[in-house]
Amino acid sequence: MRTALDYDAAMNEAIQGELIDGIGAVRINRPEVLNVINLATLEQLVSTLERYDAEPAVRCLLLTGSERAFGSGADIAELAATSMVDTYQRDSGAAWDRLRRVRKPIVVAVSGYAIGPACELLLAGDIVVASESTRISFPEVSMGALPGGGGTQRLARAVGKACVMDLLLTGRAITAREALAMGLVSRVVPREHYYEEALNICRELCKRPPLALQVAKQAVLTAYETTLSAGLSHERNLHYLLFGTADQREGLRAFLEQRAAVFVGR
Amino acid sequence: MPPFAAIQTSVEAGVLTITLNRPDVCNAVNEDVCVELGTALRMAQREDAIRCIVLTGAGRAFCTGQDLKELARLQREPAAGTFDFAALLRQRYNPLIVRLRTMEKPVVAALNGVAAGSGVSLALAADLRIAVRSATLLMAFGQLGLVPDCAATLTLIEQLGYARAAELCFLGEPLTAEQALQWGLVNRVVDDGDLPRATQELAGRLAALPTRALGLTKRAFNHAQNATLDEQMEYEALLQATAGRTADHREGLEAFLAKRPPRFTGS
Repeated sequence: MRTALDYDAAMNEAIQGELIDGIGAVRINRPEVLNVINLATLEQLVSTLERYDAEPAVRCLLLTGSERAFGSGADIAELAATSMVDTYQRDSGAAWDRLRRVRKPIVVAVSGYAIGPACELLLAGDIVVASESTRISFPEVSMGALPGGGGTQRLARAVGKACVMDLLLTGRAITAREALAMGLVSRVVPREHYYEEALNICRELCKRPPLALQVAKQAVLTAYETTLSAGLSHERNLHYLLFGTADQREGLRAFLEQRAAVFVGR
Repeated sequence: MPPFAAIQTSVEAGVLTITLNRPDVCNAVNEDVCVELGTALRMAQREDAIRCIVLTGAGRAFCTGQDLKELARLQREPAAGTFDFAALLRQRYNPLIVRLRTMEKPVVAALNGVAAGSGVSLALAADLRIAVRSATLLMAFGQLGLVPDCAATLTLIEQLGYARAAELCFLGEPLTAEQALQWGLVNRVVDDGDLPRATQELAGRLAALPTRALGLTKRAFNHAQNATLDEQMEYEALLQATAGRTADHREGLEAFLAKRPPRFTGS
């Protein structure tokens, strides 16, 4: 089996992985088709993220495409050639479930087209930096299909109902600023800076105690899964759990002693 | 540039001049003008050698806005009552205005004569305006029972203030070039025969400036329309980081320190 580090060499693949000082940087790289995300690309993308997730040296993940296109939709020809039985038996959508189980924070740097499955990737990310040129749309329903990678469920949890319906039912493309107003992205920056901004966020995350980051991510994702009282109880247990980590002890002590903390990830 | 009919284009020393070319109808805008203008502006944005764009008119008028004969025909066809005015603006005009405003190079409107209706809006979408003394600006929308469009309701309030914008749009009286200069709507007024020379001089200067920095400045101006003080300063900081990496910034700094005039390449 290949390790995450082997991906550094695989620069000509549809998915490029690169380890940058504790950041697992993953790029969708199909410029000839503006980063159309077919089933093989999705599979390779999720596998790469999983490998970095399992790599102890990696503290956080960075997912990006190109300045022109984060991802310009699904492979329509591939879908058109797929029968109901094919898709049921293959269960290619299972990759989306694996993506959800990635524990390290995923920072998404998006620019240009983010269409269909690319938007679902964006929704599966944790912090989303968008360039001003970003255009987000869900064209699936217009083609008689449905977003199958969590689009309806994650979108409904990310933004208000009226906005979800507008996006999904009309397929209207929205700008980065509209997406920011809806809460679909975290920050909007000039196109020259979206990748750098995302990379800077990753560098900041790398300085933070990794267990606290992962536990915080888990706690927030739980909020979308459960009732408030169950969620609060879960949060409290995770809060108690962190008292057992060396990093929490160190973080509190360093604050009291007014010095920079040194985190070891234990 | 491909061969055009409703417009003419010429490039000289980094300046693309686009001339609206329907002098027999005072450069009224029909579908052909919009399509060709869109193509020319798209190419101008992509072509690095073009560092300034001049928009002007052939003959006596700058531009008299939508071709009203075409409009009357559109309103009859295919049947009365089916015409979609909003779609006309969205498809034809609005992309042109967006392209002019977001074009990351300076755009100069050279008003060689009357500008009326969306012709005024086009001029207002440029960055700088230079007009001949005999030119007039006419917000003719009200006379037709229509609303000023192509962002004129925004740009006029920005540039004139509310009261003057309301006067111009409600009364529909022609605004002389001199008055437009006083009101801050045009940058320069020149004698009638002097426009080509004065335009060339202004556009030539603009084309020799650090194009990238001018483009980013335009972007910052556009951003300012929807920003708080903090947001705008953060935006400026990011744009400055980009400008700081350009060859023209290095050249400007070196030239200043060496006490010599800078030679900017636009990159």
